[in-house]
Amino acid sequence: MAIFVDETTKVIVQGLTGGQGKYHGLRNRDYGTQVVGGVTPGKGGQDVDGIPIFNSVAEAVEATGANASFAAVPPKFASGAIMEAAEAGIGFVVCITEGIPAQDEAKVFNRLQRDFPGTRLLGPNCPGIISPGKCNIGITAGEIAQNPTEGGPNVGIVSRSGTLTYQALYELKQRGIGVSTCVGIGGDPVPGTNFIDCLSEFQNDPETHAIMMLGEIGGSAEEEAAEFIQANVTKPMSAYIAGVTAPAGKKMGHAGAIVSGNKGTAQGKMDALAAAGVKVGLNPTEAGELMAEIVAAL
Amino acid sequence: MDLFEYQGKQYFARYDIPVSPGGPADTVDEAVKEAASAGYPVVVKAQVQVGGRGKAGGIKLADNEAEVREHAGNILGMDIKGHVVRRLWVEAASDIDEEYYVSFTLDRSEKKHLMMLSREGGVEIEVVAEENPDAIVKLHIDPIDGLSEAVARAACIEAKLPERAIDGATDILVKLYRCYDEGDCDLAEINPLILKPTGEVHALDAKVTLDGNAEFRHPEWDAFRGLTEMDEREKMAAEKDLQYIGLDGTVGIIANGAGLAMSTLDVVNQVGGSAANFLDIGGGANADVMAGALEVINFDENVKSIFINIFGGITRGEEVAKGIVEAMGRVDLKAPIVIRLDGTNAEEGRQILLDAGIPEDKLRSEPTMLDAARAAVALAS
Repeated sequence: MAIFVDETTKVIVQGLTGGQGKYHGLRNRDYGTQVVGGVTPGKGGQDVDGIPIFNSVAEAVEATGANASFAAVPPKFASGAIMEAAEAGIGFVVCITEGIPAQDEAKVFNRLQRDFPGTRLLGPNCPGIISPGKCNIGITAGEIAQNPTEGGPNVGIVSRSGTLTYQALYELKQRGIGVSTCVGIGGDPVPGTNFIDCLSEFQNDPETHAIMMLGEIGGSAEEEAAEFIQANVTKPMSAYIAGVTAPAGKKMGHAGAIVSGNKGTAQGKMDALAAAGVKVGLNPTEAGELMAEIVAAL
Repeated sequence: MDLFEYQGKQYFARYDIPVSPGGPADTVDEAVKEAASAGYPVVVKAQVQVGGRGKAGGIKLADNEAEVREHAGNILGMDIKGHVVRRLWVEAASDIDEEYYVSFTLDRSEKKHLMMLSREGGVEIEVVAEENPDAIVKLHIDPIDGLSEAVARAACIEAKLPERAIDGATDILVKLYRCYDEGDCDLAEINPLILKPTGEVHALDAKVTLDGNAEFRHPEWDAFRGLTEMDEREKMAAEKDLQYIGLDGTVGIIANGAGLAMSTLDVVNQVGGSAANFLDIGGGANADVMAGALEVINFDENVKSIFINIFGGITRGEEVAKGIVEAMGRVDLKAPIVIRLDGTNAEEGRQILLDAGIPEDKLRSEPTMLDAARAAVALAS
């Protein structure tokens, strides 16, 4: 078991003929992911390294039976690409695009929620998702993820930051700890999938025995997650929040990460998580060490 | 991108939101000229991106040219909480009956837009929220539906605006939402929104934050460029399209991804050092980007060591390594580099750095983030 994606997931890559789409799409396939097609309007009938290209997502779904999409398209076209996937009946869309206007993100989120409840969006501006040994959609280097251990214990990872997601995978791999699924939800203001969605899935996934969460300053997603954990999550958890030393009022790289006044501080988030019973580390390595202790006790 | 008041008002005017006639001025003579065309009495306002301008003496009423000269002379060059006034906005003074507050932002928890409207304007909204929360009407707006006139009107009534202000305020709410939505603002705020004795409602101040991600569809934003408050290092980084924030420490930081960059700052701090900056080279950064990043760091006199922390995903290790080698050929780096390289093509990257034969006192590799932080901090102290 894993959450959201596994060995049965059939993926199309929107933008497979572009630089990033091709590089990462082919890497995903090399990892063992079923990459069954690509979509680029006007390039239908061609192929990229043997993967057939279609003019539209609908055509690709019709021909391949794809149920997931990897959207690797520029910001201007990203919301259109996500909506096209939803309209074609794709159930899981991973959008890695960085730099989508917040107004577009808000519209896409609400449109999906209202008209396409069967479609889950992961991202935008996220590294993607990997169920090690089964399926890798996005830009994560698959070799840094430890395959799950038969019978466990295995850890589920959920992270708001791309590179910290890799760091978390790496910390667990160094310690030989198996990973059920690692989800990068992305750092944008309106993520399609949030911490709570993932925590809830991990709680219900029999192959996930403990959960590692990586947050960062800004917004209140971590505080809301802490409330959810308190009430609903019985599996042990470790966490790390980036940005303890970030000055207030400065946007740290992407729109999500900003401390305004007393809101969204790392300390507030760490306190909320600790109060919910999560073991909180002061850096990613410490969060990894805490997870190793948790796993050893399972 | 945060706009100055006068830029915000120029932006509002594009959406037909009524503002006072006025103009920007960089000198006393220009202020006099703008005052004459706006018509006396005028208000001379310091253009800085910080609250509390009025209390600091940065907003003054002037009845005639002599007073404009006096106030403009005093305010230009004034230091308001560390922000030096380089520009004024001179506008026709308004008679004020009442002051209100309105703003639009995104409520991330609800994933909807949030309008806040209050009959208690002209003061900090945080204070109103604390002391008299019932005086603020909060309304969530579904981005698909937008804000209709009927809903805006109902909000004005709920906020207990007087009868004679309702039409004018409703009109401004609808226009301000359009400005916020179509104009791609992260924040559009009017405080105060005033009611004049004549019954007209208009924006006496403007606080606008534009969403930088939407720049591609707003050629009109070019006019706002180059004037934002940045230090020299930040200007240089902005020209190279780098996400850079200047700080006061001695360890220069380059990382890929905002989360890792923040985490790098944290770790440097935890091992007893202090970061000179936050610099995120983003995803997919190539050799040119890395070289540019090193140039910006090198420009900072305080930097005693440089910590490059890369975990490759979309960013490829060999590109990072090529960039470092290229930059070291192009720039005479003043500080030594400590690098930690992992992830996509990290092996190739490390090999490229080895093959380049850079001496150890200029560049060294460390296996983990903590080791690299310790090494960089040791070199900086």
